[in-house]
Amino acid sequence: MKATLSIQRGAFGETPRQDTFDIPFEHGQSILDGLRAVRRSMDPSLAFRFACINANACKECMMLIDGKVDYACTVRLKEGTTTLAPLPKKALIRDLVTEIAPPGERLVLRP
Amino acid sequence: MTSPSPDTSVPTHLESDVLVIGAGGAGMYAALEAAKGGASVILADRSLIGRGGATVMAQMTVAAALGEQTPDHWEHHFADTLAAGRGLCDERLAALLCEDGPQRLREMDAWKVGWAREDGHIKQAQAPGHDRPRCAYVDFLSTGPAVSKTLRTQLNNASGIRRIGDLTIVDIALRDGEACGATALHLPTGQAATLAAKAVVIATGGLTGLYRRNSASSNMGGDGYALALRAGAELIDMEFVQFFPIGHLAPRLVGMDPIMWDPFRYKLGGKLLNSEMREFEEDYATRDERSDGTYVLTRDLATYAITKEVEAGRGSPSGGAYLSFQHVPEAEIRKAFGPVVDRLAENGIDLAQRPVEVAPIAHYHMGGIRVDEMMATGVPGLFACGEAVGGANGANRLSGNAITEAFVFGARAGRSAAERAKQGASVWSTEAAKPALDLLRSASKRDAPNPAAVMVKLQAAMADDVGPFRTDAKLRAAISAIAQLKADIGDTPFASAESFDPVLADWLDLRNMLAVAQSVAVPALARTESRGAHQRDDHLGLDDAWSVNQIVALSGSDMTLRKIVATTGKAAA
Repeated sequence: MKATLSIQRGAFGETPRQDTFDIPFEHGQSILDGLRAVRRSMDPSLAFRFACINANACKECMMLIDGKVDYACTVRLKEGTTTLAPLPKKALIRDLVTEIAPPGERLVLRP
Repeated sequence: MTSPSPDTSVPTHLESDVLVIGAGGAGMYAALEAAKGGASVILADRSLIGRGGATVMAQMTVAAALGEQTPDHWEHHFADTLAAGRGLCDERLAALLCEDGPQRLREMDAWKVGWAREDGHIKQAQAPGHDRPRCAYVDFLSTGPAVSKTLRTQLNNASGIRRIGDLTIVDIALRDGEACGATALHLPTGQAATLAAKAVVIATGGLTGLYRRNSASSNMGGDGYALALRAGAELIDMEFVQFFPIGHLAPRLVGMDPIMWDPFRYKLGGKLLNSEMREFEEDYATRDERSDGTYVLTRDLATYAITKEVEAGRGSPSGGAYLSFQHVPEAEIRKAFGPVVDRLAENGIDLAQRPVEVAPIAHYHMGGIRVDEMMATGVPGLFACGEAVGGANGANRLSGNAITEAFVFGARAGRSAAERAKQGASVWSTEAAKPALDLLRSASKRDAPNPAAVMVKLQAAMADDVGPFRTDAKLRAAISAIAQLKADIGDTPFASAESFDPVLADWLDLRNMLAVAQSVAVPALARTESRGAHQRDDHLGLDDAWSVNQIVALSGSDMTLRKIVATTGKAAA
């Protein structure tokens, strides 16, 4: 059994591309488990945010999952294809990473 | 969005009196106290402010001699802390933790953290190793999130604290052997930044991310220990890694912290069963005359008990023990777990019907940066606090002491750093940032190895060979595996992209993690006895000759190890 992740890739200002990754499907795994598996065995450059891994405490892993805003750590991986994209209303940084820090907690580099 | 500067040779430069690295409970407290002391503060975190680290994950209890549930005095808490520490506590730090704890918990109460109450007083639960009910908490499983939120609100209301997320500290900047700031990587742009500060506080938490199964955030790879080591500070008690005995193992649970079971076990008396569905706790518990006898198995003994049952072929299907609440009426389960019952149901778990499986999981690190009672390291201008500090908990931490330590040591470090800044001692020099800037500039694209895969290898080596039960052969195997992985990643960072590059972030993490892994394995190999969280299958039992602390330091690129007699005598708080 396998799960397929179809992921929007690319940095701010680049034309987005769609990459697909097939990973072994294990019952009970989360989307975040799948993304981490992709980085370990296929593409370490895939960018996504997470800190707490499993607890839904850090709230960093929010993204668009099959068109719906949700947490990668709580949505289960499924057989077949799941489409992942960055949050649509936040400034894109790269791949699934957007600027989600409150404005007062960012470093603005000199222009 | 700010467009990246084309001239990467001139990094963005920021200045403050105090730089606090890490925005968990300890770092946020340090920032608040430093600002209260009149210092301008930068609070930097590699994740979002107040959301990464261990504090937000703490679902459990906070110990302090509040005397709300039953009469108490901090010296009773101190005695329990020393007993749990198996003779290795730095008594000055342990006394500070216990004496200042109540004041900090009351301050948090005034800040409306929402400690659970009963009959008009703060409710205090009894946790193993404590002689009386001493542990405050926020229902249900909300202690850590409530603490983090309360401190974030205080930060919002404070003036003089600049918060910066997504900033990874690469190295402490040194001038004439004194800390004068730090060099950082700004993840969203991939650019370097330099931070000048008259005092620097390391509040980066512990190292449980070195292990395969752990209960902390992904960013808990011990980076603060590595920063301190490279800056010339000493580490103490690094061989003592606490394993939480009943981390969730199966069925797969998402959206919840793996250490969630403990409070329910206290409340409802959850039973640990082996594959024969027989309770085995009694087989391992040593009668503790100070306890009421209902729950006597401290964490190190519970970890031992589960591991030995598994080794004897009596483990649960996934390789742990069963935790059962089936003897508890459903209504009581509902009352104790509250809304958590529904979250468990979403994961297919019905405690009235079926047990869950649990197993030991890396949870906390007793060891850490060596500091005095002002939280000062041996490097002028460099302070540390929270789990990053070693010594207060000796060879085994009493449950409930971690958040208390974050508050107390955080506040103390913030105050000390502000004092130091007033003296105006450290002076920034661009030269101080040069080594770290050169390192970042040397980053290059490479196809192999995959740093995320290297990290998994390291976690496997640590879990298998530097876990709760150790032998000479296993530790030697781990030390050589660490050396091999070091050689694999080399001295030049890998990179894959400009903005938010996880390859570069992983490489920088591995540079720290491999140094820290070695700083755990080397003293573990030297300590030929079993004490607290350090258990040697080839050296059973305490050896009085080992009633000493081991100190790790760097001499050039070599790691050195020496012994000191445990620090006794209470400090004036």
